[in-house]
Amino acid sequence: MSLVTVFTQLMGGMGITVAIFLLTLLFSMPLGMLVVLLRMSANKVVSAIMMVYISIMRGTPLMLQIIVIYFAPYYVFHINISSSYRFIAVIIAFSLNYAAYFAEIYRSGFKSVPHGQYEAANVLGYNRSQTFFHIILPQVIKRVLPPVTNEVITLVKDTSLAFAIATAEMFTIAKQISAKEASLMPLMAAGLFYYIFNALVAWGCAWIEKKYDYYRI
Amino acid sequence: MKILEMNHIKKSFDGVGVISDISLSVNEGEVLSIIGPSGSGKSTLLRCATMLERMDGGDLVYLGRYAAREEDGRCVYASQQDLKEIKRNIGLVFQNFNLFPHYSVLKNIVAPQLIAGKTKENAESRAMELLKSLGLTDHRDKYPCQLSGGQQQRVSIARALALDPQILFFDEPTSALDPELTAEVLRVIKELASQHMTMVIVTHEMEFARELSDWIIFMENGYIQAEGTPKDLFSTDNARVQSFVGKLRA
Ligand SMILES: Nc1ncnc2c1ncn2[C@@H]1O[C@H](COP(=O)(O)OP(=O)(O)OP(=O)(O)O)[C@@H](O)[C@H]1O
Ligand SMILES: [Mg+2]
Repeated sequence: MSLVTVFTQLMGGMGITVAIFLLTLLFSMPLGMLVVLLRMSANKVVSAIMMVYISIMRGTPLMLQIIVIYFAPYYVFHINISSSYRFIAVIIAFSLNYAAYFAEIYRSGFKSVPHGQYEAANVLGYNRSQTFFHIILPQVIKRVLPPVTNEVITLVKDTSLAFAIATAEMFTIAKQISAKEASLMPLMAAGLFYYIFNALVAWGCAWIEKKYDYYRI
Repeated sequence: MKILEMNHIKKSFDGVGVISDISLSVNEGEVLSIIGPSGSGKSTLLRCATMLERMDGGDLVYLGRYAAREEDGRCVYASQQDLKEIKRNIGLVFQNFNLFPHYSVLKNIVAPQLIAGKTKENAESRAMELLKSLGLTDHRDKYPCQLSGGQQQRVSIARALALDPQILFFDEPTSALDPELTAEVLRVIKELASQHMTMVIVTHEMEFARELSDWIIFMENGYIQAEGTPKDLFSTDNARVQSFVGKLRA
């Protein structure tokens, strides 16, 4: 069994892995922003709900969350689970989970912007949304880039947790081939894939960080 | 013409009175300095005047328009729209500059003008004019982190002036600077005074206040302990003022 045939067999799984990765980022990054804005809102009830949400998402295993979200429609609502829901459940679970982590990262970013920036904007005639989008958000983005990069790299590896509900992502398939062929090679190939994927992601993040390097805070 | 009038201002934090019944007014072209020991409420007074802080009582009037008015013992602020218009008359220079770090020097001065609705051409030519008069032309493409404190403070003065305020407030504009840089910023403020800019300045620079001000207020514990022309105040026989002024000059 050559590396090439292994990679060909793994191809479909790679596609799913990349899809999980991209869709999770697409949903969780803005959702994390919404969560943190609600978390920092003056409304104590809303803020408390978000705190509980964040603590549950961070305090329980992602694998458990995936399983619960996958089986919830059946056990809670007695709806039959269709096989196409498998992938959707993975995306929902990953997005909800990563949104909580991103929310905490964003929060530290917001807290590190000095209050004087809001006040300067205020006396210069910026309204609330202008202050947010023109003054605060760009500075928050710069500050959160390093921790966000860490989180994104963790996500690459976490995609393999989708095997918990037998999603045909890369790792699941590698395991199946490996068992069938009694060879470690498929798993090694999978490892190589994750490694290269991560290297690309890290390179992309470094490139973005560099773009924000033109000023210091 | 009266630019600013504050009547019987009161402000407390968590039940602790910080400003207790302060009244003052500033006419067009006048320079008012506020001096006093640390914690006496100078910054709080300035923050009430610039509406960064809500007052608990008293009237706040700009050019005859009420920004806030005391009614039945409560402080009632004007509508959002009115406040927005009234605020256009006000500029504020902070002790620690608060420049926008992600904007170049030029953009720091241009961006607020665009927010105020000016065209890009007008905003840029106004900014260049100010940069020139403040000796900052060569620095226009730099970022705040690349400037000295004195340069940053001059940029922040330019940023405030670009919006053509009727009155400019300063909260200890030089206390984050070493003596040499202090001198360069004080020079700019003196220049503004000579152009009859209306200003309210909180400062610990006694000589500067004496030289520049039309009126000086000495604050302590949230009250005006003494006030007068520089000549009167510096030759007062009020022992408290004497010791404060003397200590800082020594
Ligand atoms: N946001 C706030 N919350 C609670 N207390 C405050 C707040 N702002 C100011 N104070 C208190 O009000 C008092 C007056 O503070 P303020 O900053 O106005 O003094 P100051 O005269 O400007 O002093 P300094 O010369 O040190 O700048 C202080 O006792 C301060 O602790
Ligand atoms: Mg102060």
